[in-house]
Amino acid sequence: MRINLASVLVSDQAKALEFYTTKLGFVKKNEVPMGEVSWLTVVSPEDPDGVELVLEPDSHPAVRPFLDALVADGIPFTSFAVADVQAEYERLVGLGVQFTQPPTAMGPVTTAVFDDTCGNLIQIAAMVQAPGE
Amino acid sequence: MVDVEELLKALADPTRAVILDELVEHTGQTLFEICNRLSSRHGINPSRQAISQHLQVLEAAGLVRSERSGRYKFHYVDTAPLLRITERWPNAGRQDSTREADGIGGTTDPGVPRAGALPASKGKKP
Repeated sequence: MRINLASVLVSDQAKALEFYTTKLGFVKKNEVPMGEVSWLTVVSPEDPDGVELVLEPDSHPAVRPFLDALVADGIPFTSFAVADVQAEYERLVGLGVQFTQPPTAMGPVTTAVFDDTCGNLIQIAAMVQAPGE
Repeated sequence: MVDVEELLKALADPTRAVILDELVEHTGQTLFEICNRLSSRHGINPSRQAISQHLQVLEAAGLVRSERSGRYKFHYVDTAPLLRITERWPNAGRQDSTREADGIGGTTDPGVPRAGALPASKGKKP
């Protein structure tokens, strides 16, 4: 068994594809129309055959209250690894991305949290020191 | 206006004191950031609900103010109420003669506990 997919629940798939590709820099992997929505995934260009992120419609009525409660408390839905949180923060702020937490040292990791404009907060994180150093 | 006893009660808890330390370093934090700072920097790991309750006590004492900004809620520190502690007990009998010599009364010394004890604005580079 292995993990090949992870999901984020998005309010608008087209808007999400735009954000996750043009701002975050992921690339579209699969887009299969399924009626009003699509099976839509992106991957990191650093790992094109790696885990796919599914941009999944948030149409179930339970999703909005759930995500609203997480967002109100600043809790990210998921986290992506970056080499340099400060550099990525500056790049994304330059693209108009809004952060709820600027880069902050949290023990062995530095983290920051931004809004994906489609209903979620997302964390970026980097180990301050590579493991084993 | 919050009475001094309530202020002292709000301060008389080590977790709440650390929350104030962290908010002094960077004001305007989400509950998530506060919880992570307590856990990763201080090894304090109570539940999110417990931290939320601590924040409510600090808010009732006027030391923390929470503000909704769009979909997010941020917590801001306000140390101004601490002045009332030194107003009630001004520096009568104080050994520090330099203070008395230059005429500074108790009211201008907020005596903010541990403010500035942490490195300034770490991770908040422009």
